[in-house]
Amino acid sequence: ARSNTALGQGLLALLSRGDLDEQAWEDVEDTLLTADLGVEATTQLVDSLRTRVRVHGNADEATVRGWLREELVALVDPAMDRTVVSSRVDGRPAVILVVGVNGTGKTTTVGKLARVLVAEDKDVVLGAADTFRAAAADQLQTWGARVGVPTVRSDREGADPAAVAFDAVKGAAELEADVVIIDTAGRLHNKVGLMDELGKVKRVIEKQSPIDEVLLVLDATTGQNGLRQAEVFSEVVGITGIVLTKLDGTAKGGIVVAVQRKLGVPVKLIGLGEGPDDLAPFDPEGFVDAIID
Amino acid sequence: MFTSLSDRLTATFKNLRTKGRLSESDVNKTVRDIRMALLDADVALPVVKEFTHAVRERALGAEVSQALNPAQQVVKIVNEELVAILGGSTRTIRFAKSGPTVIMLAGLQGAGKTTLAGKLAKWLKDQGHTPILVAADLQRPNAVTQLQVVGERAGVPVFAPEQGNVGGHDAVGPTGEGTKSFGDPVAVSRDGIREAVNRQHDVVIVDTAGRLAVDENLMKQAGDIRAAISPHEVLFVIDAMIGQAAVETAEAFLEGVDFTGVVLSKLDGDARGGAALSVAGVTGRPIMFASTGEGVKDFEVFHPDRMASRILDMGDVLTLIEQA
Ligand SMILES: Nc1nc2c(ncn2[C@@H]2O[C@H](COP(=O)(O)OP(=O)(O)OP(=O)(O)O)[C@@H](O)[C@H]2O)c(=O)[nH]1
Ligand SMILES: Nc1nc2c(ncn2[C@@H]2O[C@H](COP(=O)(O)OP(=O)(O)OP(=O)(O)O)[C@@H](O)[C@H]2O)c(=O)[nH]1
Ligand SMILES: [Mg+2]
Ligand SMILES: [Mg+2]
Repeated sequence: ARSNTALGQGLLALLSRGDLDEQAWEDVEDTLLTADLGVEATTQLVDSLRTRVRVHGNADEATVRGWLREELVALVDPAMDRTVVSSRVDGRPAVILVVGVNGTGKTTTVGKLARVLVAEDKDVVLGAADTFRAAAADQLQTWGARVGVPTVRSDREGADPAAVAFDAVKGAAELEADVVIIDTAGRLHNKVGLMDELGKVKRVIEKQSPIDEVLLVLDATTGQNGLRQAEVFSEVVGITGIVLTKLDGTAKGGIVVAVQRKLGVPVKLIGLGEGPDDLAPFDPEGFVDAIID
Repeated sequence: MFTSLSDRLTATFKNLRTKGRLSESDVNKTVRDIRMALLDADVALPVVKEFTHAVRERALGAEVSQALNPAQQVVKIVNEELVAILGGSTRTIRFAKSGPTVIMLAGLQGAGKTTLAGKLAKWLKDQGHTPILVAADLQRPNAVTQLQVVGERAGVPVFAPEQGNVGGHDAVGPTGEGTKSFGDPVAVSRDGIREAVNRQHDVVIVDTAGRLAVDENLMKQAGDIRAAISPHEVLFVIDAMIGQAAVETAEAFLEGVDFTGVVLSKLDGDARGGAALSVAGVTGRPIMFASTGEGVKDFEVFHPDRMASRILDMGDVLTLIEQA
């Protein structure tokens, strides 16, 4: 743990001065804001911590730090169910739909998730329902080849994404696969036409099979707009989990705290790089420690 | 739920009807509102602090205005400061005096570089230039294929001597390790310039792989590409949705490749785009273009005044002031 963070200094200063001055509290606040927690969550956390310190009388640095960690962990809610459905359900393949705004890491996540499942000896099929972006299907197919699973795709640019998704789910059923993962085109949540198209992809898949997981891929560098993304995608396709990518950089992804709280949808997986093995389960305590240490 | 700066300041205005001197408490209250709005708009904290400090100083020292109430006067100052930072040194592409103009693109993964390469090429072509694209991202699966498709859509040739990461030739082996070498992006970039000279293209646009600020190896590779091709412009492409990571990222790229200009991408979204202020404020490099969609034409020259009112959602506040 680095000791020269704003928080460390703030709390140390607070201790050496023997009381909690505004500068110390501002340093605590800065740490949370810098992690993209947002003004609202930050203000609430700091207020509740201030109350605790006031009630307690005098608290030393370690205690205050412990409280902050405790409150943050509570906010992130370790009790949430973070499992990803990935085995056959009722005698049919599990269906996972992957959605999100442009460039967050959807296709990469599909590849990495397939890799994890292959390592668990599962039969996986990929569906390239991004028929829009240049070479999107090629990118997914390369991922399929990298991790050794088949990819269902259209050879025609601009093909109907719902039709490709349908074919992939049908193909997976015929192959008696364990799970089929459908990659979709990136789309900004404020584009009504594109969001309608995504709704259609979901409905068409459901003619073939229920969908077990809808994973929203959020880029950890995303700021406060991430909440809006989650709200709109949730309205349109009912997301069941978040994948927080690019956590191998300096960004902490604090916006997911607001997302989990407002929508009750848990972060399930995290992306830690561009390689096939750079996907991990979300760990609430590790996430919190990365913010405050 | 979302309280915009307009809402907040309208409330403040109600309580500050009296015209006259800007009292310290008037200024403090308004500056606090502005701080919150800037943070909600994802402006990076160090930039917020510097900015509100400057605004506060200026507001306290401001001349007494006959026409504006105190809060309005602060907002006017804020707007002027914002536009000054965002548009401090607006300019367009600097072309080479002789030989091809070399433009290198750099940025985080998924920022919008490859898409921008097509847009920029099309924009230049429409102005009578003869651009060529160079595929120097050999890392992301099918990045080269993607650039080839983008080039086709823009109607410009693509120099792609290496296919990069395709077809799973780095398939995960029994050890679980994939290979990572797909060719030499520095050599491809250098050869791309030679190709442009030989075929008499007057602009070369080099697309590079996305990289993280903390990835020293990849950042060094970007620096090596820059050194090999001596670009006239290095454009740093940044996603308008980025949050507090903007400052560290911009600083790392400034150090790693010393970019000369900024392109703000995905401005067709509904993010406030505080990143614009973060990057311009910290690096002093001009924001030159805005990327506003996935199509090859969704591209425009950057407008600092529009961006200022977008960041603070100040449209109607400014109208109020103009009417005062
Ligand atoms: N460092 C890092 N890079 C990542 C991670 N996940 C994805 N990327 C990179 O981010 C870029 C975009 O990833 P994609 O998987 O193509 O993103 P996408 O959401 O499918 O993009 P679109 O389909 O164009 O919307 C690529 O360069 C990936 O290699 C991650 O966890 N860490
Ligand atoms: N809506 C919108 N999407 C954009 C814009 N610019 C790029 N995109 C999309 O964002 C995604 C990523 O764009 P790319 O051009 O592949 O980004 P990149 O920086 O080259 O990504 P890497 O090479 O993986 O680092 C794609 O889905 C693009 O279509 C834009 O201005 N608006
Ligand atoms: Mg994709
Ligand atoms: Mg690219």
